[in-house]
Amino acid sequence: MITSLVTILLLPLIIGIGLYLKAAPLFDQQSFLSLVFSSQWAPSKGEFGFWPFIVGSLYVTLLSFIFTLPVCLLAAIYLTQFSSKQLIRIMHPVIDVLAGLPSVIYGVWGILIIVPMVSRYIAPFFNTTSSGYSVLSGGIVLAIMCIPYILNMLIEVFNTVPAGLKEASLSMGATQWESVKHVVIRGNYPGIISAYGLGIAKAFGETIAVMMVVGNVVKVTGNPFDAAYPLPALIANNYGEMMSIPMYDSALMFAAFLLLAIILVFNLIFRYLIHKTKRQ
Amino acid sequence: MRRIKILEEKFFVYISAFMAYSLIAVLAFIILVVFVKGFNALNLDMILKTPRGGYYYGGEGGVLNAIMGSVYIAFGATIIAIFIGMPAALYINVQLVRYRRTQNTIRYFLDALWGIPSIVYCAFGFALILFFGMNASLLAGIITVALLISPIMVRTFDEVLSTIPKGLHEASLAMGSTRTETAFRVMFKQGFSGFITAVLLSFGRGIGDAASVLFTAGYTDNVPVNLDEPAATLPLAIFFQLGSPIPEVRERAFASAVILTVIILALSLGARYLSKRYSRTNLK
Amino acid sequence: MFLPEPEIMSDKEVISMSVEKSVLPVLRVRNLNVYAGNHHILDDVNLDIPRNKITVLLGPSGCGKTTLLKCINKLTDLYKELKVTGNILIEHDDILNTTTNIPSIRQKMGLLSQRPYPLPVSIYKNVAYGLKLKGVRDKKLVEFSVEKHLREVGLWEEVKNRLHAPATSLSIGQQQRLCLARGLAVKPSIILADEPTSALDPISSKIIENLFKDLKRHYTIILVTHVLRQAMRLADHVIFMNDGKIIEQGQPEELFKNPKTEEMRAYLVDGN
Repeated sequence: MITSLVTILLLPLIIGIGLYLKAAPLFDQQSFLSLVFSSQWAPSKGEFGFWPFIVGSLYVTLLSFIFTLPVCLLAAIYLTQFSSKQLIRIMHPVIDVLAGLPSVIYGVWGILIIVPMVSRYIAPFFNTTSSGYSVLSGGIVLAIMCIPYILNMLIEVFNTVPAGLKEASLSMGATQWESVKHVVIRGNYPGIISAYGLGIAKAFGETIAVMMVVGNVVKVTGNPFDAAYPLPALIANNYGEMMSIPMYDSALMFAAFLLLAIILVFNLIFRYLIHKTKRQ
Repeated sequence: MRRIKILEEKFFVYISAFMAYSLIAVLAFIILVVFVKGFNALNLDMILKTPRGGYYYGGEGGVLNAIMGSVYIAFGATIIAIFIGMPAALYINVQLVRYRRTQNTIRYFLDALWGIPSIVYCAFGFALILFFGMNASLLAGIITVALLISPIMVRTFDEVLSTIPKGLHEASLAMGSTRTETAFRVMFKQGFSGFITAVLLSFGRGIGDAASVLFTAGYTDNVPVNLDEPAATLPLAIFFQLGSPIPEVRERAFASAVILTVIILALSLGARYLSKRYSRTNLK
Repeated sequence: MFLPEPEIMSDKEVISMSVEKSVLPVLRVRNLNVYAGNHHILDDVNLDIPRNKITVLLGPSGCGKTTLLKCINKLTDLYKELKVTGNILIEHDDILNTTTNIPSIRQKMGLLSQRPYPLPVSIYKNVAYGLKLKGVRDKKLVEFSVEKHLREVGLWEEVKNRLHAPATSLSIGQQQRLCLARGLAVKPSIILADEPTSALDPISSKIIENLFKDLKRHYTIILVTHVLRQAMRLADHVIFMNDGKIIEQGQPEELFKNPKTEEMRAYLVDGN
């Protein structure tokens, strides 16, 4: 039994080492820093600058965070403080199903609904044009995918507030909403931050759904209506050419390694926060 | 002053309620869109046949290859994950019962593992393929997906086991069973509902995940018969058909999406229902 | 915040008003019934709470005394499964059946729970909470109120040098006194105490009990307890409950020396 446990625990280490070794030949050609921060992406010439992909990932993740922040917080507050027990009973399977839907289904829905919505309604509203395959579409789809996870965690956090604390606040003359502000949210910052942190980590690594709506154009852009190319999409799209261009396979392994490292660090930090607060 | 407070509360309660209800609406919307779009092209052929010649140009056939491929991979991966994950979860909860700190540390690491994206597993799986000189095949797909779902299996089962009252374990020991006997008899019965949930959840993940099989399982028009053959998967079938220039093929992508969605819905809701049913006889 | 202008009254009116005030019970409960589904938690409760006295609600666990308390400050509104009927009158207003301005009604009463529930903020902010809710911004006023109420519960000397430390850094006994101070800071007329010393050590319990004896000069106190000796020590008026019904009520000497009902007798025997 212990061997299986140890195997599982060592998994990220093994994966990390494996990817790093595969990416190693790349370091003879370019320095680590230039790999990460350069925008020159010309694989056939042997130039691998991952910066556009990192920015693409960051941007799409940021947008999804902006959308999930109010939605999850308010929905969690409503479900735990104001709504009837009936609603929460319905919400649990709803959240489960949303969490279980495969990303390819979200991608299909994104192509059918979100992409046209962006190009036909949202972009003109802001006086720009967009094909619809954009960072914005990616952000929206990603947000919907992450909401069930973040919501579940927030519900758990808010449910640990003792009823006596809320009663104490109410008996001093606070309205229910004021009590929520000062008691439920105030005392639970670590839990709330962790929930979002983990959601962000998940968003960062999401591949298929984003890939289907984000456009996959190599560029560094600040315009949400532009297309972009997140890191996971890079790996997924180019496995075909991987073997035909020299160093390309090492490059993609490096991209995977970067992804693993960033997400693992995020997870370790925020899970630590959660474990610390659970102790109390 | 009071009026402002009352208005503020009303405002936020309405908005919060809106957010909560719109999530239900969004789910309904997603399922509706997929079903409506896919309904037209959905017919028995899609489920029962493999692609014939010219399928990708609008010819005959169905996605049986992908359905079976996905089922095989998910099934194989789940079996492996059970063999790795169950003992691990039992170990945490039985052997480590006294070492609270170690338990928590291990759970912490397992949780962090859960967050690793599937594309990373795919890249790793690919590296393994190259390293061992294998081909993109059913076996490679199974191994990669097994790695992906093991943390889910362990943690889900562990969650349920950890809620089993300690008294149960001690009572069993008092009656003379050895540590391992205890593990497998007493706790398993109690944890059965958790076991079902873990298995169904992992299976669902294994069937629906596209990124992990992207370059490890390959793709083929046939239903794979041995482990060394490449295997098509349902998510990838959807993906590839969607990219076709021919409208009929794209329609079929939606139909395949319906098939996948139905499978996942059945698994998700089934997991919830079955776990409730089997936990009725459990101690609280 | 403007206070209403006091009316000009004749001497006779003033005297008769103060006589009336000292005789009129501050809180009257009429025909109170609480149901949770089929479970009849409170059964036709009728009682008067005398002003500036300690009224003790006595009874075995589960008899409904905590629910009664929660009805009084309308915390039962939170639990939508409960059906509450009847009247609770403060002065001449029925507070049970109003739906407007509930927070103000709650401010008439301060709540002290079984376990201290300090807000997740500093000591200072805990006591200042009530004033903050009322919208008082004047820093001097707030500081004055905080010091006054911390002195009232005897905490000032102990915490005056660490007012901005988190409230959770205090001992449990100190936390409970802090909760009392912050409850007093909203200037209630009634203090509702639900077994306030059950989580405390004997010394802290004694401090709280002495505080109550002092506070009853200015406040009306309703104390729920299941500790017979505490009731004997503190009560000016006793209400004994069982199974959601009021069994006996009256002067403590009467009830404890000459219990009229079998249930009361049994309770006294068990309690001693």
